[in-house]
Amino acid sequence: MARYLLRRTAILIGSLFLAAVVLFVLLRLLPGDPANALLPVGATPEQIEAARRELGTDASLLSQFLTWIGDVFTLDLGSSLISHLPVGPEIAARLPVTIPLTLAAFTLAVLIAVPVGALAAIRADRWYGPVINAIAQLGIAVPAFWVGLLLITTFALQLGWLPAGGFPPDGWDDPAAAIQALVLPVVTVALVMSASLIRYVRSSTLDVLGADYLRTARALGASQSQAMWRHGLRNAAVPVIAVLAMELATTFLGAVVVESVFALPGLGGMLVKGISQHDYPVIQGIMLVSTATVLVVGFLGDLAQRLVDPRLLHREAS
Amino acid sequence: MKRLIATLSAVALAASLAACGGNDDDAPAANPAAETIQIGSVYEPQNLDNTAGGGQGVTEALNGNVYEGLFQLTDAGKVEPLLAKDDKVSDDGLTYTITLQPNVKFHSGKALTSADVKASIERVTAENSKSARKSYFEVIKEIATPDDATVVFTLKNRSISFIYNLSYIWVVNTAAGDLTTTADGTGPYKLGDWKRGSTLSLTKFDGYWGTAAKNAGVVFHYFTDATALNNALLTNAVDVVTSEQSPDALQQFTSNDAYKVNNGQSTTKLLLAFNDKVAPFNKVEVRQAVSQAIDDKKLLTSIWGEYGTLIGSMVPPSDPWYEDLTAVNAYDTANAKALLTKAGFPNGFTFTLDTPSYDPHPTAATFIKSELAKVGITVNINTITADEWYTKVYQKRDFAATLQEHVNDRDVVWYGNPDFYWGYNNPQVTDLVDKAEQSKTTDEQTTLLKQANAIIAEEAASDWLYLYPQIVVASSKLSGYPVNGLNAQFFAYGITKS
Repeated sequence: MARYLLRRTAILIGSLFLAAVVLFVLLRLLPGDPANALLPVGATPEQIEAARRELGTDASLLSQFLTWIGDVFTLDLGSSLISHLPVGPEIAARLPVTIPLTLAAFTLAVLIAVPVGALAAIRADRWYGPVINAIAQLGIAVPAFWVGLLLITTFALQLGWLPAGGFPPDGWDDPAAAIQALVLPVVTVALVMSASLIRYVRSSTLDVLGADYLRTARALGASQSQAMWRHGLRNAAVPVIAVLAMELATTFLGAVVVESVFALPGLGGMLVKGISQHDYPVIQGIMLVSTATVLVVGFLGDLAQRLVDPRLLHREAS
Repeated sequence: MKRLIATLSAVALAASLAACGGNDDDAPAANPAAETIQIGSVYEPQNLDNTAGGGQGVTEALNGNVYEGLFQLTDAGKVEPLLAKDDKVSDDGLTYTITLQPNVKFHSGKALTSADVKASIERVTAENSKSARKSYFEVIKEIATPDDATVVFTLKNRSISFIYNLSYIWVVNTAAGDLTTTADGTGPYKLGDWKRGSTLSLTKFDGYWGTAAKNAGVVFHYFTDATALNNALLTNAVDVVTSEQSPDALQQFTSNDAYKVNNGQSTTKLLLAFNDKVAPFNKVEVRQAVSQAIDDKKLLTSIWGEYGTLIGSMVPPSDPWYEDLTAVNAYDTANAKALLTKAGFPNGFTFTLDTPSYDPHPTAATFIKSELAKVGITVNINTITADEWYTKVYQKRDFAATLQEHVNDRDVVWYGNPDFYWGYNNPQVTDLVDKAEQSKTTDEQTTLLKQANAIIAEEAASDWLYLYPQIVVASSKLSGYPVNGLNAQFFAYGITKS
């Protein structure tokens, strides 16, 4: 296990570094020049050069990269080219919206998907098995913002039960208001995420149902549900955990999309604005934080998989 | 089957649990700050300093509300004194002596002095200033402050627009710190909290020297998504939307008595700008032909319905030198064909139209393409980003024709500058624009600029497709809000809610 952990951590750090390089280079390949965004119409070439010097975009790519990565190690994500305000604290200020949204949506998605998916598999021979499957298939095809708009129209505009968007200016000082603001976005992300999860849970359960060990257990006298509890669930969980880790990462990114539909002051709005303004430090900062989150969650997922099914470790060791 | 029902009811329960949190919000009036006006906008400031690239949003939220200038451009387009109690111009037009209003205090408590005014102008003209108005003040030779209440400007040459240009200068406290995240002005509101990405609040300033604000304060709510903004208005989360950008969304407000849709006048013009230096658009007849071949009315209606205005030139109705020139080079395809023949293009020609990728340009480009096809002109649409536009068209002048919006008032004067990106060069117009700036009276300025405007319209220097509407949508309980929002300002102090 220790050896596995060491190797996996090295891979994690390597991936993070690689992601940082790719991110940096890709952003620089985009057409356009942030100096333009800073200057009024009528700026002279000298002013543009001066702006580039000020921004540091006149330096070589390598030296720009080294400066950036060096700052990242000291947890300094730089300052926005447009607002001149530091990026790190702003990202931190938006996490109290994005993180609760992601975690709540993920939890809700799992709560919906695990029983529904298992039911669809165990009762595949009944009429509702295929129906659940079809609904899930449909759910995968539906974009999150559309689900969001639908929920807003129903629960905010027509029924007036919940706010259509926005977040209380005082944030979590008034938890009730903050939770109210998050209900529809959470349900939106959860519905979309649960659709694909249901299909994973279903197919993983189906695999287990057809497995030899389950038949053996039944032959030895266990009932269907006893066999499922004792042997099936644990086996079905292994592939689902891998998918869950991936889903948690996707939920995070899904939350970023849904934020602008609900006008939430999370990372999403900040990213969209940063992209439209060629604000490199902002885009880099958010993407780095998101990428790191996705990689770390993947890492923890792998770890959890091996704790549930130690055979995986032995298989790798051999 | 039982399990399915159990599952479905669990889902339904979860949904209703989630929903019941909001059941008690029948009474948004229970909000202790009922006198606070909630304003919805898509223009969040980048930072709070208009000399440091704060953008349009900082003007909307702070201009006239938190900061004041010596003069103010009213919502009706008039320039009126604000912090200037009195202003005198010497006979040669080179010395402006301005006396300040007495008893003016900054929000921090310090009294306003002439030194603050001088420092405020120097902030705008400073080397590292990012103010778009910086070049307006190159005309200043010296600023003197003989006493605390008097500022004397000496100009290098006459400048009739000087007073008007001063309306763009915010008077800030010399002792204020970093103004990108804080503010210290003399206006009716002081800055409250700025939650980036969400809200910016202003509270009534009790020590205000002038007429106090009619509400307790205002909160600007910022949205990146127009639908989210409209939904906020529909659910009473905001009372007014400063500028409606999505014409499709208006129907839900016009058909509802709870809302008022105001059709104000903007200063934003949509232009088909030709490269007047390069063939074929260096020929006046070609530009006239293209202008006459496009049915502007039809374009405007298809994009904005019954909103917006046709202008026929660069001057919006809120400028003092406005004249209705829509009849000049009006829609006439037969005449357009005749002009093309006269210009030597009886069978038309082909050109590339550089089109910014964001609305409404792609729609307008497609429309223009189909209109011009009717007179034999082939248009190749080249879609580019805003950044590419700036580099390719604006800086390198590497274009035949382009679509662009020009947002400011009084910007007809750009046609007097042969070095501007569209390359229009008529020495007579340049001369009229220069003379207008040196005018002794505003009447004289107005006469000269009207002449310049008539010439550019006749010569079809560009094709001015239409003037954008400025649509402010508000709860019908609200009154006293500005409807024209000139230069993106939004004075909030007169707003009341019944």
